[in-house]
Formats: sequence, C-alpha cells, structure tokens
Amino acid sequence: MPLIWIILAVLALGAAGYVLGRKRAVSSAGGDIRILHSLPNYYGMNVFLSAVVPALLVLVVWLLVQPAVIQRQVTQLIPDNEVMNSGELSLIMSDVRRVADGLDSAVEQGALTREEARMIRTEFTNIRDTLASIGVALGDDVNADVLNAAQRYRSLQNTGNTVMAAAVLILAALGLGYAYSRTHKDFRARNTVERAVLAILILASTIAILTTVGIVLSMVLETRDFFHLYPAREFFFGTEWIPSFEGGSHLGLLPLLWGTLYITFIALLVAVPVGLFSAIYLAEYAGRRMRGMAKPMIEVLAGIPTIVYGLFALITVGPMLRDYFAEPLGFGTSSSSVMTAGIVMGIMLIPFVSSLSDDIINAVPQSLRDGSYGLGATQSETVKQVILPAALPGIVGAILLAASRAIGETMIVVMGAGAAATLSLNPFEAMTTVTVKIVGQLTGDTDFSSPEALVAFALGLTLFAITLGLNILALYIVRKYREQYE
Amino acid sequence: MDDMNDMRMVERAVDDKDLKITAKGVDVFYGDTHAIKGVDVEILDKTVTAFIGPSGCGKSTFLRCLNRMNDTIDICRVTGQILLDSEDIYHQKVDPVQLRAKVGMVFQKPNPFPKSIYDNVAYGPRIHGLARNKAELDEIVETSLRRAALWEEAKDRLDQPGTGLSGGQQQRLCIARAVATSPEVLLMDEPCSALDPIATAQVEELIDELRARFSVVIVTHSMQQAARVSQKTAFFHLGELVEFGETSQIFTNPKDPRTESYITGRIG
Repeated sequence: MPLIWIILAVLALGAAGYVLGRKRAVSSAGGDIRILHSLPNYYGMNVFLSAVVPALLVLVVWLLVQPAVIQRQVTQLIPDNEVMNSGELSLIMSDVRRVADGLDSAVEQGALTREEARMIRTEFTNIRDTLASIGVALGDDVNADVLNAAQRYRSLQNTGNTVMAAAVLILAALGLGYAYSRTHKDFRARNTVERAVLAILILASTIAILTTVGIVLSMVLETRDFFHLYPAREFFFGTEWIPSFEGGSHLGLLPLLWGTLYITFIALLVAVPVGLFSAIYLAEYAGRRMRGMAKPMIEVLAGIPTIVYGLFALITVGPMLRDYFAEPLGFGTSSSSVMTAGIVMGIMLIPFVSSLSDDIINAVPQSLRDGSYGLGATQSETVKQVILPAALPGIVGAILLAASRAIGETMIVVMGAGAAATLSLNPFEAMTTVTVKIVGQLTGDTDFSSPEALVAFALGLTLFAITLGLNILALYIVRKYREQYE
Repeated sequence: MDDMNDMRMVERAVDDKDLKITAKGVDVFYGDTHAIKGVDVEILDKTVTAFIGPSGCGKSTFLRCLNRMNDTIDICRVTGQILLDSEDIYHQKVDPVQLRAKVGMVFQKPNPFPKSIYDNVAYGPRIHGLARNKAELDEIVETSLRRAALWEEAKDRLDQPGTGLSGGQQQRLCIARAVATSPEVLLMDEPCSALDPIATAQVEELIDELRARFSVVIVTHSMQQAARVSQKTAFFHLGELVEFGETSQIFTNPKDPRTESYITGRIG
C-alpha cells in the first residue's frame, strides 16, 4: 500500500470522524446547540484530531525507524570475509538496495512475475542483464550473497510496510472510536482542541530549535575530527594561512579573522552613518509623500543579489579606488582590496540599518517629541537628545544585526577583496575572510579526512560562535534598555 | 489639604493684573474641519485661567495655539491674532522654538524623557544656555524641583531615571522641567487626568503656588478642578468660546444657557 494511500485513508477516517462527532454532539443535546459545552465544530475537530494525529505520528516514527532496523537485519547476511571496512560495507549495502528496488520495479513493469522475482537465482539468470533491460543499471555482477540479502531486504520491507499500514489504520480507527465515545454534550471539546492547538505550536517551535541544535552538532563533530589532525593552538593563534593538500599546511585562523573584521569594520563605517541618517530623515523630517517614495527605493537595495554587488565591486569600485586613491597615494596596485569589499558591503547593509532604525525611531512615543518641542527644542536637538537615546538599544541591535550579516557575507568579498590571506593594515591590499576560505577549502576534489578540508568546519564553527555572540550581545543590550520609555 | 477638597470659589483680586496673552478672532482648521471658530480671549499675568468644555470642543487645540505646538501638525492651519505681551506670536519674525521656551507646556500624560531626573530638569536650561556653569545648573535644577514640590522626594536619586518615578511624581517632574526654562506662561493640558486623587491634589496645590510667578492656563475635564484652581474660566462648546469670565461668576451665575447646562451636567 503506497504511503500516499495510507495518509489519504487516515485523513478520510478523520473527516468521517469529524462528521460523526459533530452529529453525535448535536443529537446528545437534542438538536439544541445552546446546551452544548462547545460549538459543534469543536466536537467534530476533537474526533478528527484524535483519529489523525496519533496515527500520523506513528507513521512518521515508523518511516524513520524501519530502514534502520531492516538495514541491521540484512547486514548480518553479508559474510564477514567480504567486508573489509565500513566504507565497503556501505557500498555492498547500496548494491543490495539497488537489486531489491530493481526486482520490485521489474515486477511492477511486468518483466518478471512476482513468483519469478522471488525464485530468481544467480546460477540460472544473469540478474545484471535482466535489470539493465528494465533500466536499472548495476556496477557489477550480482553474487549469491548480495542477491540473498536483497531478497531478505525485499521480504522485510514488504512485511514492514504491510504491518505499518495496518497499525496506522487501526490506530486511526481506535482514536476515532475513543473520541467518538466520549462525545457528549458535557464534554469540554473546546478545551481539548485548545490543547491540541497548543501542542501543534510547541511542535513547530521544537522543530526549529532542534534543527539549530542539529546544525551545531554536525559542525562540532567534524570540528572535533579536525582538531584530532591539527593542533588547536596553531589553528587559533597561527598567523599564516598556507593550505597545501600534500601536507605540511599552515592553517592559522588569524589572517582570515583579521580580514573578516577589517572588512566588516569598513562596511559598518559606511552603512551606519548613511543608514542611520537616512532613517532619521525618513522618520522625523520627510513628509508623507517623500517617505512613501524614498523608503521603498532604499529597500530595493536589500533585494539586489550579493553577486550583483560583487560585480559592481569588481568592475566599478575596485578599479576606481585603485586609479584614484591607491596608486596616486602609493598604497598599492591591487584593484581587489579590503576597501572595495568594505564599501560595497556597506552599501548592501544600508537598507538593513535604515529600515530597522526607521521602525525603531517611529516606535518612540510622540509624547516624548511633544515634551521636547514644548520646551523649545528644535527638531535636531530633539532627535539628538531625546529620540536617539530612547531608540539607542534598538539601533544598536540593528547595527549588530548588520554586522553579523557582514561577517557572513561571501560573494562580495571574493569579487571585491580577493582570496589572499594576509595580515596587513593597508586597506588597499587584497585580503580575504573566513567565509571565502570555507568555500575555497570545500570546492573541487576534496578528501574529507584531510585537515585541509576539515578546517572548513572549524572555520564555520568559529564564525557561528562569533555571530551567535554578537546576536546575544544585541539581545542583551536591547533587553537592558528597553523598559526605559515604557 | 483640607481646603483643596471644597469648592473654593471665593472672590479673588484679579483686576490689577497685567494682560499676558490676547487672542483675537482665532480660527483653527484641521484639513477641512473647522476646529476653532473665532475665539477672543484675554489671559492675565499671575492668574490661573481654566478652559473647560465637553470632549472635542477644541479647548486643547486652542491651548496648543498659544505656544504654536500646532505647527508640528502638518494639516493644521491657524488664522487670527494671538499677542503675547502685545507681540504677535504668529508673526514671521517670531521663532516658534524661542516662543516655546517662554510659553512652557505640561501634557496630559506624564512624559519624562528616558534620562535621569537631573537631566530631565536640566534639558531646557542646557538647550537654551541658561546656566554658565555646573553650579548654576545645579541651582536651577534644585529650584525647579522645589517649585514643583518634588525636591524632597527626588534629591537623593537625581541620577536615577525619571521614568522610574510614580505617575504623580512624573507629572511633577514634567512641571519642574517646564518651570526650569523660566517661562512666562505655563500651559497645562489636562495635567491630572492620568493621576490618582492624591497626586491630583498635590498637583493642584502646586498650580496654586505657581500662580505667584507665572500665568497658568489649564485645560481640564473636571469642573470641580477648574473651580478649585482657577480665577478665570473659559467655557468652550463645539469650537466656540461660549463664555469667559471670573470663575466664581461662571460657576454661580452663568450668563449663557449652554454654560449653565454644562456645569449642571445636562450637556457634555
């Protein structure tokens, strides 16, 4: 029974339950819905939920657990002498799965009967050719052990699926019956449904949190492998970044971190004043029509893909800075520079800072403005001494958000600042950032057991820790000062 | 406190005071709405003048004309003449910012800045450069807080945020803040409507004391409050000034039938 049919059947049961539950509730009240504790729909919903939710939960868990269980059972059939290490075992197991799936689709397409598929022997049939004729390509001739395992796999999966369908449908029916039997005019269906809604909401937020935890865990595991191969001290305090896949690499974090922070700093130097001032203009000075036009135009900047900003850096800003600043002033001849990437990234961040600050400034109560004007303050005095201090925590939050965005930016850096890891103060020199190197270490042919590839995870985790720290700091600042104008 | 609660409508000498503000034929429009219709009023120095009237009658709008706070609202248009010490405040040469330093304002809801108590009071003097040094500023802050009857409660916590005070204390802080710029007129827009009865009594007592130095104009919903604190009362109805006169006369012997209906509770 295909999965979609199981789900549809459960839903159909639920829908039937809804109608039945509703009807039973109404008839228990003698047709007068005013006597019911809850609206009739709640009784229907209650039956629907208790039929559908447990059944689907069991279905999901079953689908997750069954492959692992079958895998373990089938693995035992592979003789130990054929298995050298875990890599080979997984290759054999994938062969087993392909043969099994191939036989299944052969039956489905009519190339074999169910009986033939079950009785097929390596001694009499060339399975590789048989399967190739229906479009399943195998890399190798099928030996008896693999076929044996594949047959076992098929039968286990078959039983598993049948039992699963039965279990899920029975559970749905039981849930329906239970909820139906409890449906009565005094039953508090409204409260039960309320709890179910709460559970769904909690489930959604749990998924979000668990995903984050999963991402961090996967990074932590790979990073641990990296630190087994490469000393942590040299990673964190090394001042040289010279990866070489022949071994003997220097994988020092400091040049990359320096490049990241330097570019972020310049980006903020551009984005914060421009963004903040435009936010102040929009929120405090601009008329309604001006605001209606200017705000969307600034926000267009946020919609430009970063690769386009990268092009802008590469063909316009970089050469311009080189020709008019770096070369005349004797700072170097590179068109890729920290300055280029920083300025372009700053432009990218302007809408972040301005849009968030604009909202925050608008949230400052009008009564504070009135109070200041009433004392004879001008508009700019009011902005400087009342509105900005009141909005400061929010603005700091906006700036830190922009900073973590800048730290994570990759495309603009590759195209604007280059890929050379250098420790230098000269803003017209090519430098690079952590994110660029993560991409660099993982593209192309990589051996995931070498420190040169695994270092990407250590870099990623470091970056994650930095941006997490920034976000926590932002939250802390916002929380500490938020109550001030309430 | 005792004399706060009865209706003090004793005759008070108000004849020998100077004229502070004269309004002639003032009209106010909000877009197409005619909010104030041809109001003439004369406000005396060192006197408390109360504006009373039902909600939406335009009394707050008129009050905000007196320090040009309506300028901050785009769609608001004011015509007519308002003279402060025989100078037209809507004349081109008058800077509304300077005017507001001379005509202070206290709002309906206490609105202390999210700063320390000290900085709240020092805000106006700092902006207008009223103190030459820190010692002078300290003195201005202390005097203003004393005038607002807040000094005793606040002197040990001047560096704490003004928003941490209770509602009544916040409103007195706002009064201190307004007093600190040494205004000539103090406008109060329903200053007690967000306060409990005890805080209200304190603020009313304060208003009576402020009368010794300033001309006070107060908008109020409460007729008892108008009767308690004011010497002159103006009754507004539907954007018109219906009656203006001695408080005692307005409350005991109103000339206009609409005034009588309002103070006896038939309209409003």
